[in-house]
Amino acid sequence: MAGMVEKRGLGLWLTHLGLILGVAVIAFPIWLAFIASTVSQPEIVRPPMPLLPGDRFLENYRDALYSGVNVPVARMLFNSFVMAMGIALGKIAISLLSAFAIVYFRFPGRLVFFWLIFLTLMLPVEVRIVPTYEVAARFGMLNSYPGLIFPLIASATATFLFRQFFLTVPDELAEAARVDGARPMRFFVDILLPMSRTNIAALFVILFIYGWNQYLWPLLITTEPEMNTIVMGIKQMFPAGDDVADWPVIMATSILAMLPPVLVVMFMQKLFVRGLVESEK
Amino acid sequence: MEKRVTFRGWLLPVLLLTPQVAVTLVFFFWPAGQAVWQSLFIPDPFGLSAQFVGLGNFEFLLKDPYYRASFVTTAIFSSLVTLISMVPALWLAVLADRLIKGSGTYRSLLIWPYAVAPAVAGVLWLFMFNTRVGVIAWYLGLLGYDWNHVLNGTEAMGLVVVASSWGRISYNFLFFLAGLQAIPRSVIEAAAIDGARFWKRFWTIVFPLLSPTTFFLLVVNVVYAFFETFGVIHTITGGGPQQATTTLVYKVFADGFVGQDLGSSAAQSVILLVVVGILTVIQFRWIERRVHY
Repeated sequence: MAGMVEKRGLGLWLTHLGLILGVAVIAFPIWLAFIASTVSQPEIVRPPMPLLPGDRFLENYRDALYSGVNVPVARMLFNSFVMAMGIALGKIAISLLSAFAIVYFRFPGRLVFFWLIFLTLMLPVEVRIVPTYEVAARFGMLNSYPGLIFPLIASATATFLFRQFFLTVPDELAEAARVDGARPMRFFVDILLPMSRTNIAALFVILFIYGWNQYLWPLLITTEPEMNTIVMGIKQMFPAGDDVADWPVIMATSILAMLPPVLVVMFMQKLFVRGLVESEK
Repeated sequence: MEKRVTFRGWLLPVLLLTPQVAVTLVFFFWPAGQAVWQSLFIPDPFGLSAQFVGLGNFEFLLKDPYYRASFVTTAIFSSLVTLISMVPALWLAVLADRLIKGSGTYRSLLIWPYAVAPAVAGVLWLFMFNTRVGVIAWYLGLLGYDWNHVLNGTEAMGLVVVASSWGRISYNFLFFLAGLQAIPRSVIEAAAIDGARFWKRFWTIVFPLLSPTTFFLLVVNVVYAFFETFGVIHTITGGGPQQATTTLVYKVFADGFVGQDLGSSAAQSVILLVVVGILTVIQFRWIERRVHY
């Protein structure tokens, strides 16, 4: 029956052609950025720039990583890494604990806690930036890693996911643990955590990309170049006024900025797709 | 849904909840409360005292032509982003779904732009259309078209729309392909046996069966265009020229941090809060509908 719907012959070739065209159009901006990161400044400022790689790959990336424009890009990469890891691990840790408490205990005030946490599902950080900035400033968190991380883990998406997952865990497991006289934390560590492994990994992939790609919040809270993250630092590399931007170094930085999340998506594609679908449910 | 089997005690669960509740109170409820509170005041220029104005900030905003303009800008921007990120994605997904072998390869080749930060996407597109060095701007010049998004508001809007839609195509493609692959082959083959051509099959069978996916993507793409595109706009146009690309979220930032107009910025936050609420209700409605589907 296959062949009624699937294409073969000319139709098959046209389908492939259409898809290859789509891939080419979508990949073009990145290809161009990569070319720009391998040529010299004069080759770019006299358009049109070449469309094939040049021979300055090593020089440009070395310049970017070790000197950059305001601050070495290696430093910004490190800051981004700390921020992304902090957000991903922090959010997963606090969410696992609170989801466990909400699903597996009955105690006075449980509903209040429940709503306290789940109301945050409704309000992205972009909406409350000014007062959040004031709070962070009051805690002396400007230009610090906690300042970059904490305001962005104040959201319940992960808690919601873990709650949904815990609810599908068979009751018999908790029953058995209780009969055996196991304390709740034993059950959590020995049974619930190992069962949540795949969910944790999938969520980690999504949260890492989310944290790495933050722009507005690091822009507000890091005024010292040493604390800039790479995604927000690129814009700071453009000169004010009419000076010509150092395009090869800026483009090398752009490639470095997209590399970690793109690698995560490519090598953990299964987990990524799973995390994406789960977190949008 | 509730658990039948639970553990006893109240101290442990409260301790377990403490980290999240503390973070939420300090970095969510306090700022959100401040936004509502500040929206009722006008601070003096030195930030020493504030005068209570009730709903004055809101009244002023709704009469402010710039604020109204940014509503229109946001509406145009998000409709275009939604359209331009969904139509090519659907087209590519339909093509990939026609293949017996190889759709996985194309999926791998198409999904990774999703991982590129909006701000980085902004820099990439800025580079291609830069008035001095941009390749595409240069070729447009050869064709006799003088591209200048720094001065031309329509071109600036076009550029931020395309840059915002680009990485989003990957996301939509992924969901459309999954939706298409969930449609039973037998249904489509039955129509094919009845002699329905590709387009007829698409519009009468495939597209209606895909509607839950399409509706879901409509909502999440509008949410994306509203709240997650700040990086694109900030890197490419900075809201200009003459506020042609100043969306609602961008204006909260511009008025609050650049203009230091805290009362107005807070009032704008509250208005956005209402918008988010409405979008959330729509989203929940959709989830309910899907459950009954």
